[in-house]
Amino acid sequence: MSENKLHVSSSPHVRSKVTTQSIMLTVIIALLPATLFGIYNFGLRALMLVLVSVGTCVLTEYLYEFFMHRKITVKDGSAIVTGLLLALNLPASAPWWIPVIGGIFAILIVKQLFGGLGQNIMNPALAARCFLLISFTGRMTDFVVPEDAFGNVYDTISSATPLAAMKAGEAVDLLPMFVGNIKGTIGETSVIAILIGAVILLATKVISPRIPVAYIGTFSVLVLIYSLATGNGFDLVFLAQHLCGGGLMLGAWFMATDYVTAPITPKGQILYGCCIGLFTWLFRFLGNSAEGVSYAIIFCNLLVPLIERVTRPTAFGKGGKKA
Amino acid sequence: MKANSPLERLYNGIYKENPTFVMMLGMCPTLAVTTSAMNGLGMGLTTMVILTLSNMLISMLRKVIPDEVRVPAYIVIIASFVTIVQFLLQGFIPSLYDSLGIYIPLIVVNCIILGRAEAYASKNGVISSIFDGIGMGLGFTVGLTSIGIVRELIGAGTIFGQQIMPASYEPVTIFILAPGAFFVLAFLVAAMNKLQIGAARRGIDKSEGCMKDGGCANCSNHTCSGKIAEINNK
Repeated sequence: MSENKLHVSSSPHVRSKVTTQSIMLTVIIALLPATLFGIYNFGLRALMLVLVSVGTCVLTEYLYEFFMHRKITVKDGSAIVTGLLLALNLPASAPWWIPVIGGIFAILIVKQLFGGLGQNIMNPALAARCFLLISFTGRMTDFVVPEDAFGNVYDTISSATPLAAMKAGEAVDLLPMFVGNIKGTIGETSVIAILIGAVILLATKVISPRIPVAYIGTFSVLVLIYSLATGNGFDLVFLAQHLCGGGLMLGAWFMATDYVTAPITPKGQILYGCCIGLFTWLFRFLGNSAEGVSYAIIFCNLLVPLIERVTRPTAFGKGGKKA
Repeated sequence: MKANSPLERLYNGIYKENPTFVMMLGMCPTLAVTTSAMNGLGMGLTTMVILTLSNMLISMLRKVIPDEVRVPAYIVIIASFVTIVQFLLQGFIPSLYDSLGIYIPLIVVNCIILGRAEAYASKNGVISSIFDGIGMGLGFTVGLTSIGIVRELIGAGTIFGQQIMPASYEPVTIFILAPGAFFVLAFLVAAMNKLQIGAARRGIDKSEGCMKDGGCANCSNHTCSGKIAEINNK
């Protein structure tokens, strides 16, 4: 009789309340300031793109798992995060089918064909953005001038994004870049909104500051060295313009920190952040295009297995010099 | 079908051991030149001509070539045919010659040709070696042309230069760039696997005698990795 009382389930016995679902929900909440600002900034068209993108990602995940007889994982919210990040990386002028193609590519090819959540080798949203950028270069770099009002009338006069203007040697204003009243993709323009989201992620311990700090730090040091070497002196304004322009902030806080495609070792995370900083700098300063954040991040995603191998901690008693 | 009969060799090359989709040989031209259906077809047919001729000559000389120097001897034979075909292309189809570029001389090191010389032509008679070359060449042509058709259709909206997609279609340019080659190849290989493994599961391939003589160790279908045998033995 007493034997029955000894039945215990297998370990672990102490469980954390954190689930994939709760993490994804926090990320979605943290992305809301940037999303709302984007919708405020670019009008209802931006809202349409966000909804189409999220809808496509969720539907693609559901249909693939349904037809492949796999467990339906739509509820964990990872497809929503992918869809949201993809939409934030699109210009507000994009037609509706751009997020549809991007969403299908992100979920079907980058995520599900590699085995679903936790198995993808690249950040799905960024891989889809790069896919779209290569395929539809014109449409993906056709940025509209943001509106102050919540209207849907657009000024389609083409002028450069701050980064492109800087690449061409023109002067840009720093304050609008910080607030976000500039041209760019839906979610990248407002540094304030992104930083609010970053604070939410840090406060809830969803991300550790290692990757973003290493990324932004390495990038800043390289920009200052470049500035000194080209005879412009210790130019902090130039640095701030580079940090606030383009997708660097969105990439550093929301995409480089993606659990699946970032290293798990603390040392590795710092190394990974430094690598992204280095490549972003290389692409922006020595490359042809004005922006290089997405390419830098997906390229470093591919380096993660190597980084983890180098930084793997030694087990107790296994280290030390060999005799 | 009787082993080594001309018909069996053609079937083997085009479907059962298709160099592109089953044996995964000659990946360099497969990925590089299939930006359009025409390029794929041109590359496939050029390779087929060289493969057939070199298979024929190597099979004829199989008792003359000493074993120790067979690979250099094969290379000399293959390179001679490649040079002839290259001059013919340059003279008569200069447009194809220009679009294939460096990949024509690189046919010398195409592993399908050397592979068939080593695995088949050096051990078998002239007639079956010729048909082996034609079959493998056709299989390569089918592979390259189908990759080219898909890439050209999605990446440019045309097939063999003819507009297929409606005018409002916006080409997905990435498909005629390098990444597109990998996407399309992967999907077509997956489709071929589905076809062949599906057929094996339904028992069509049982007559082919999988696991009969020496099992997987002697089988030339290296991409199956025991899957068909496993299915057949169930």
